[in-house]
Amino acid sequence: MTAALRFDPIRLPPKCEQLRKEVRAFLAEEIAAGTFDPHKPNREDTDVPEFSRKVGERGWLGMTWPKKYGGHERSFLERYVVTEEMRVANAPTRRFFVADRQSGPVLLKYAPEHIKMEILPRICKGEICFAIGMSEPNSGSDLFAAKTRATKTDGGYLINGTKIWTSSAHIADYMIAIFRTSPPTKENRRHGLTQFLVKMKQPGIQVNPIGQITGQYEFNEVVFTDYFVPDDHVLGEIDGAWKQATSELAYERSGPERFLETYYVLTELVRAVGNNPDTRSAEGIGRLVAQVHTMRRMSVSVAGMLQAGKEPVVEASIVKDIGTIWEQQLPHRVRELSAFVEETATNRETLEKQLDFAIKTAPKLTIQGGTTEVLRGIIARGLGLR
Amino acid sequence: MAESENIVAETAEKIFADLADAQTINHDKKGEWKAPLWQALTEAGLPLAWVPEDCGGSGASLAEGFSVLSAAGRFAVAVPLAETMLAGWLLAQAKIASPDGEMTVVPASPKDRITVNADGSLSGRARGVPFAKAAKHFAVLASDAKGRFSIALVDATKCRIEAGIGLGGDNSDTVTLDKVQPVTTKEAPKGFDQPRLMLMGGVARALQIAGALESMLEISVRYSNERVAFEKKISKFQAVQHNLARLAGESAAALAAATSAADAIANAETFNDEVFLEAVAAKIRCSEAAEKGGAIAHQVHGAIGFTIEHILHRYSLRALAWRDDFGSESYWAVELGKLVCIRGADELWPLVASR
Repeated sequence: MTAALRFDPIRLPPKCEQLRKEVRAFLAEEIAAGTFDPHKPNREDTDVPEFSRKVGERGWLGMTWPKKYGGHERSFLERYVVTEEMRVANAPTRRFFVADRQSGPVLLKYAPEHIKMEILPRICKGEICFAIGMSEPNSGSDLFAAKTRATKTDGGYLINGTKIWTSSAHIADYMIAIFRTSPPTKENRRHGLTQFLVKMKQPGIQVNPIGQITGQYEFNEVVFTDYFVPDDHVLGEIDGAWKQATSELAYERSGPERFLETYYVLTELVRAVGNNPDTRSAEGIGRLVAQVHTMRRMSVSVAGMLQAGKEPVVEASIVKDIGTIWEQQLPHRVRELSAFVEETATNRETLEKQLDFAIKTAPKLTIQGGTTEVLRGIIARGLGLR
Repeated sequence: MAESENIVAETAEKIFADLADAQTINHDKKGEWKAPLWQALTEAGLPLAWVPEDCGGSGASLAEGFSVLSAAGRFAVAVPLAETMLAGWLLAQAKIASPDGEMTVVPASPKDRITVNADGSLSGRARGVPFAKAAKHFAVLASDAKGRFSIALVDATKCRIEAGIGLGGDNSDTVTLDKVQPVTTKEAPKGFDQPRLMLMGGVARALQIAGALESMLEISVRYSNERVAFEKKISKFQAVQHNLARLAGESAAALAAATSAADAIANAETFNDEVFLEAVAAKIRCSEAAEKGGAIAHQVHGAIGFTIEHILHRYSLRALAWRDDFGSESYWAVELGKLVCIRGADELWPLVASR
């Protein structure tokens, strides 16, 4: 039982280090050119299409996918390096990140060939943005409760209902969504959901932005009214989406984005403290660095498992559980330590602004992509408790 | 760990399972299990695993030795195996042959100093030395007035030992050297200093703590599937499941940090900042996990786990005690924080992402 919870000390191979240098050089260029400001995680202009295209040109999108679809047939560990460098630099990845991490792999596995040929190369070029349509009003993590209907009609399906908390729906070109194609059966509550590829910006879809406590508008309500999806946009098995959706979750749950979301406040604290820290600041920083190092070792280890073709669902859930709790607590720990920062610290204002934003961001980190409670249920199942 | 490293660890695991089962030890009030265990470990060459063959040891690799320590942690073994391994390793740094029998390392805290006098004798006091009372010899790291380090083999009977008992019930003694002439002294290799020794000890303890947490997780899961309360197994209560999921997280984090540090040391050409980060982070994170994880294991077990009759304390208290040896997590966090600040904000991520 416990043998299943080993996190072997995977090391990134030398070719990753070369790639890391290239990514850092690229990001430094973009920062110098004013494409984005790494010290402003609360940028208003989170959508930067030209940045996406440049990342695509560098070959850093669809890195692990087959070349015939525009991919680069590189390793998960190489993709890992690109992701963590982008995250740490606060790069504007919103436009391409979901497509690269999740939607592309779903299409690769379940879409018909002509759809793959049409869409995947465009993701690799950084031209298109994806959203994920899972939650609905009153469903949230409880996907079984999803009600939005896909009703069979000539040549396709008619969609009626509402998705909610849909990140990036306002800028997305496509959404991969789960709709109800038949009611759940008594024997199988998971039955009756089907995954569809939905083209956005069409008649029958209305996207309503929802304001967040950070002041940003990131997620949305998406209302479907007799929206038509053609038959060839069904992804995988009719009524069998539950298994499809859950098998992809290891990719979503273990990546560096799951513990580095608020990392910028730690860097800024070190800057503010300077090179001669008092004992309390030194201890506080030391502990936080030890913790982030450990998280990263676990996350790299899971990337190694994915590279080896395993499905580390429980391990990925552990990384997301403790990773998101860590990134949620980080701004609060940094705030405590900032009490000892000298008034004259040159970046004091930046640190305070970052803390303000990070503390407002923190509550969502343990909700998105599977709540802490859901993850602990998965871990408990892995321990043989359910 | 790779397949080839498993044979030594499997040998250790088998010996522990046969002769150091927690239940058996728990019922043996006189400590009669210790002698046969030590004999079996010695016959398998495990106490001197890290000593090269030409220095009287079995010449196992660092990685093999580390996996023995993980196994020792899983059994929370209360004999000076880790200590003798560390002592043999320290002596081997100066090519000093290891004697037979139990050993330990002096000092065992980064704050204590042993000094080399002009006549070559050693003076100083070291507190919290694990198993000093049981050791026949000490491997001592000492420095002279110019700050040069020497490694010495010292006869334990030449030192004053005040016995103490640590949190886990094992000896944690004060050793005083008053102009003690060592059996052998040699100059430490270039660059070898006290932090280097403390961190090797710290990683040993990190692996032991991680091992103990693995066992705490296992026995807690098993107990939750046996114990019935309010007419169902307590493992069926969501609150208990979530606690065990958190324990699994702490156990996994400890194991990841400790095995990564061991791997880093085993493959390092020099003991640079990156290796320092690995070693220190392992001691810090494993100590934090011992606190959080141990508390959950006790919570799951309820009052029964708080009794002397139950085996849980064998793991939980030792894991807590091991936090203090070779520098506590607070001590090392300060050192790591200073290093990070001296390197500067823009060098933090490159340090974390160095491998």
